[in-house]
Amino acid sequence: MAPILQLKGITKQFPGVLANDHIDLTLNKGEILALLGENGAGKSTLMNILYGLYQPDEGEILVNDKKVTIHSPTDAIKTGIGMVHQHFMLIPVFTVTENVMLGSEPVKAGDFLDRPKTADKIREISRQYKLEVNPDDRVEDLPVGVQQRVEIIKLLYREAEILIFDEPTAVLTPQEADELFLIMRSLVKQGKSIIFITHKLREVLDVADRITVIRRGKVVGQADPKTANKNELAEMMVGRAISLVVQKEVKAPGKIVLSVKDLVVADQMKQMVVDHVSFDVHAGQVLGVAGVQGNGQTELVEAVTGLRKSVSGSVDFGGTEITNASPRKITSLGSAHVPEDRQADGLVLPFTVAENLVLCTYYQEPFAKGVVLQYDKILENSISLVKDFDIRTPSPLTAVGTLSGGNQQKVIIARELSRPIQLLVASQPTRGLDVGSIEYIHKRIVQKRDEGCAVLLISPELDEIIELSDRIAVMYRGKIIATVNADNVTKETLGLLMAGIVPEKIESAPNGEKVVETTF
Amino acid sequence: MNKKNIEKQDFGKVVLNEIVGGDPKAKKQKKSVWKAIQIPVLAIITGLFIGAILIAATSETVYAAFREGFFTGLGQAFKEIGTAYLALITGSLGNPVSIVAALKSGDAAAIRSAVNPFLESLVQSTPYIFAGLACALGFRAGLFNIGVEGQLFMGAALATYVGYSITGLPVYIHLPLAILAGALGGAIWASIPGILKVTTGGNEVINCIMMNYIAYRITTFLLTGPMSRPGTGGMPVSPIIQKTAEIPQFFQTPIRFHAGFLLALLVAFAVWWVLFKSTWGLNLRTVGTNPRAAKYAGLSIAKTTILGMALSGALAGLAGANEILAVNRSMAIGLSSGYGFDSIALALLGNSHPVGVILAALLFGVLKNGATRMMVVSAIPIDIVTIIQALILIFVAAPAIIRSIYRMRKVKEESIATVTLSSWGGGK
Repeated sequence: MAPILQLKGITKQFPGVLANDHIDLTLNKGEILALLGENGAGKSTLMNILYGLYQPDEGEILVNDKKVTIHSPTDAIKTGIGMVHQHFMLIPVFTVTENVMLGSEPVKAGDFLDRPKTADKIREISRQYKLEVNPDDRVEDLPVGVQQRVEIIKLLYREAEILIFDEPTAVLTPQEADELFLIMRSLVKQGKSIIFITHKLREVLDVADRITVIRRGKVVGQADPKTANKNELAEMMVGRAISLVVQKEVKAPGKIVLSVKDLVVADQMKQMVVDHVSFDVHAGQVLGVAGVQGNGQTELVEAVTGLRKSVSGSVDFGGTEITNASPRKITSLGSAHVPEDRQADGLVLPFTVAENLVLCTYYQEPFAKGVVLQYDKILENSISLVKDFDIRTPSPLTAVGTLSGGNQQKVIIARELSRPIQLLVASQPTRGLDVGSIEYIHKRIVQKRDEGCAVLLISPELDEIIELSDRIAVMYRGKIIATVNADNVTKETLGLLMAGIVPEKIESAPNGEKVVETTF
Repeated sequence: MNKKNIEKQDFGKVVLNEIVGGDPKAKKQKKSVWKAIQIPVLAIITGLFIGAILIAATSETVYAAFREGFFTGLGQAFKEIGTAYLALITGSLGNPVSIVAALKSGDAAAIRSAVNPFLESLVQSTPYIFAGLACALGFRAGLFNIGVEGQLFMGAALATYVGYSITGLPVYIHLPLAILAGALGGAIWASIPGILKVTTGGNEVINCIMMNYIAYRITTFLLTGPMSRPGTGGMPVSPIIQKTAEIPQFFQTPIRFHAGFLLALLVAFAVWWVLFKSTWGLNLRTVGTNPRAAKYAGLSIAKTTILGMALSGALAGLAGANEILAVNRSMAIGLSSGYGFDSIALALLGNSHPVGVILAALLFGVLKNGATRMMVVSAIPIDIVTIIQALILIFVAAPAIIRSIYRMRKVKEESIATVTLSSWGGGK
């Protein structure tokens, strides 16, 4: 196989950080190369260089043995490089055809758009690569998995030869992810070449032909997915041994801490997105809420934490009714919240790490006396939390927005878990994080559970839900369609539940855990 | 990371760093301060440079000289520019020669009149400081208070009323009362768009503009009706305020330098303290920077928004009160020469920081004061200075121009350092 893309000695320096340190990378024609690395390892920088968003300080890029310079994404596409972004670059109200033709619109008879021509070409691509999609559908009506296919078709339409997939499975159900892998295989079979960026080790082993691992801006190793195992890869990525299985002891659940009854929540469009949901979370227990994103989990969490008014139903926290109470009241009763979108809700990015670490408590002693902020106390607090929670920051006075995602999340975890709490609501606590950070955050959550804290965990990641939860509730279209015991449920069952299919029989838990089956 | 080093840090520096968005390490201190001010400084230089070209290009005598010969023309151009800018400087900062001469003579009156141009610049700067602070505080709270002008008028009206109508109070009660009346007038006027924003989602920018119109008409009505000065035959002028409500001027006329300037500095310090040292300020800044995170942290966005508007309006009202109580001593329609609108520019130029606002206000005061002198000496229209001011602001508002002129590298954390500007045009 001939190399289609070669990166030689790519170096990129940012103020204070050597993001890429003489990186060599070879992509052969017709293969899937997995690029593994922690967040902040330099994967994104490297891909942004390849995509023309950054210029390298040193090094060269060769496509088909010819040296190229890429100044912009337009250049990249001309060179045959295309990227499927984690967050889709689609216009929801446009049809598939319109989205695909956008930016290189074919015209006929003067300046009229030639939609049929594009649509035909889409059908052709769709047949050739088994990317099922109807060119006339509006993008907003399509499921996420199909939207991703539109993104891929966009690249194929522009005749990209090298496709970069940036964390493509983050938004997919397990079944959709499997379909994506089939598509990827079919693409390489027909001569395309793929760079696959992910932090999910299972996926790398499933789909990649070769694995390149990056750590701290350097290539630290290659691996063959046929012989490598998860632990080896994780160790290579992080630079130390990683335990992928969370150790947690079996515990009898304590008293009920959070009790949600018949809760109904509507979204901005007044649509009922949480539909008469009831559940209890006990002390010392993790209740995992599984489900594909967008099935009401976000609104459920917002209603429980006081960020959104519920329509009806009740929420009770440790004997106090907190239905539609203010976030500050709920927080002051001893509840912590790790929000789903850390940058939008959890942090004030231009503020310092120190200030963000007291975001929920700065008005209280010792951080304030009356209205006077006690910056020395705020600083002391931050120094000790930065140490305890291993937050990698140049200083506690660095703007939190300049930290990596993992460290931003650690700031939130540190802030929320360092308070005396009885309830932790953690919404996608490891979204987009690397293995090292995930391991760390999982350990901290389990530690809180072991200390007797009730934990409500929301995550679309099945591995995370199964690892951490004692019980799992599956949400589908606003309803909890089943609650199962975490010890004896398979991923397949959960996957089906997440797709809204309740198997004929869900095996009952041996310890008598009640299995709730709801009709829908 | 050296933890000890951080612990020892003086917190004043820390706050400074937070403002300039720089790294707290002492070594980098100078660099980050320069980083924060380089755009405005270069903008001023560039503005003056283009102003110089305009001075030459609009002068009849320069054209006449060019007809005689290229170098004659060039010489004349430089001479004109020199005269103009010299007049600008001596008119605003004083003539060094006459200051030295006055100091040598030891005559108190002579010294005072020699430094008067400078003192007059401070007088001109005072309303700019108040108004600029009003806008800056708004920006920090995520609010685009474009209604400073109207709030200034309402503040001035209330201060005037308290100033002339109440008699028999000692100065230490009457003067503070009149000043507070000014702040109150502005605060009430500003809280209306604040309340509308919170209750109806009405955009504060639009509502502030409308409130400006209403304020003009109300003050016109007041000055021609209930508050008109008896015996002026319907001229839109208020009665003269009581002696007890006057902000004292330090010297005899024509030197107008007054205690209002010191009050402005004091208020600027108070604004800085509230914004960066108190929980109120942290509330305001959190809501202003990331309302969603503020909600998450348990803040009431509604309350904070109204409070932010009211505080901003109070500062605007102070600008009006200051003009009445310290300078004009009675209210007329032509009270403000657009201080309210310039305040947006001032906040922008000063990166919405009180110290920055003071510096920007001094610049505006100096330019305004010097321009008068420039017009007298070299017959250059005062409008040139308006153009220079506008150019400076364009360069500050669009730093990419300055960066490309001086071939500066784009700062990566730009969005972090100039946080408040992200709320521009804002308000959901």
